[in-house]
Amino acid sequence: MAVEVRLPTVLRSHAGGASVVSVDGATVGEVLSKLVAEHPGMAGQVLTDDGTLHKFVNVYVDDDDVRYLQGLDTPVKDGAEVSILPAVAGG
Amino acid sequence: MEMVAHCLAGLPDEACGLLVGSYGADEVAHLFPTRNAAASAMVYEIDPKDMLRVDRAARALGADIMGVFHSHTHTDAYPSPTDVAQASDPGWHYVLVSLRDTHPVVRSYGIVDGGITEEEVEVPRLEVPGLDLGSAPGL
Repeated sequence: MAVEVRLPTVLRSHAGGASVVSVDGATVGEVLSKLVAEHPGMAGQVLTDDGTLHKFVNVYVDDDDVRYLQGLDTPVKDGAEVSILPAVAGG
Repeated sequence: MEMVAHCLAGLPDEACGLLVGSYGADEVAHLFPTRNAAASAMVYEIDPKDMLRVDRAARALGADIMGVFHSHTHTDAYPSPTDVAQASDPGWHYVLVSLRDTHPVVRSYGIVDGGITEEEVEVPRLEVPGLDLGSAPGL
């Protein structure tokens, strides 16, 4: 399935400045792994070393937070929009 | 001013929101107050649902999220160690609003690789016909 991945501002420099990239994958996990493989500058910022979602990002399939779906196993349909948004916090 | 009002309204907790405009530019085009999901006087977390809403709104405006503001209820308008550790975007403006004293203080910073650089904050003058407001510190 080819999905449109929307990138947060912090990752765009690793995709040549693009705010949206097209990635193939059947699940969110596959899409993100592929994304990092194609844009190695993003390594460590989207997925952690053990392959889980980084705590500084939230991922949505269309408008649903994948943490409330099946996480990285959430399936994605052709043409879906996967948005990576920063988790912003501080003290 | 809208930012300070949102921070005052959020007391006793820290308040927060997002700055929208052109990523990397100096001017903030739009302000989007958000909820503090942590609902605490010590820490803030932009509510993820608000982040989604603002991301969509920014996209509709042809703009990007270019920074974040949050308040410090009892400390200075300066990034805390937590703020620096969690500052994930070197291109953003990090605005602090201190509510420690009677007059709120607003300061802006760039945070890159753990290094803090203060930026000048310019607030457009509020024009009220027939009323001379002078200039208030930080407002």
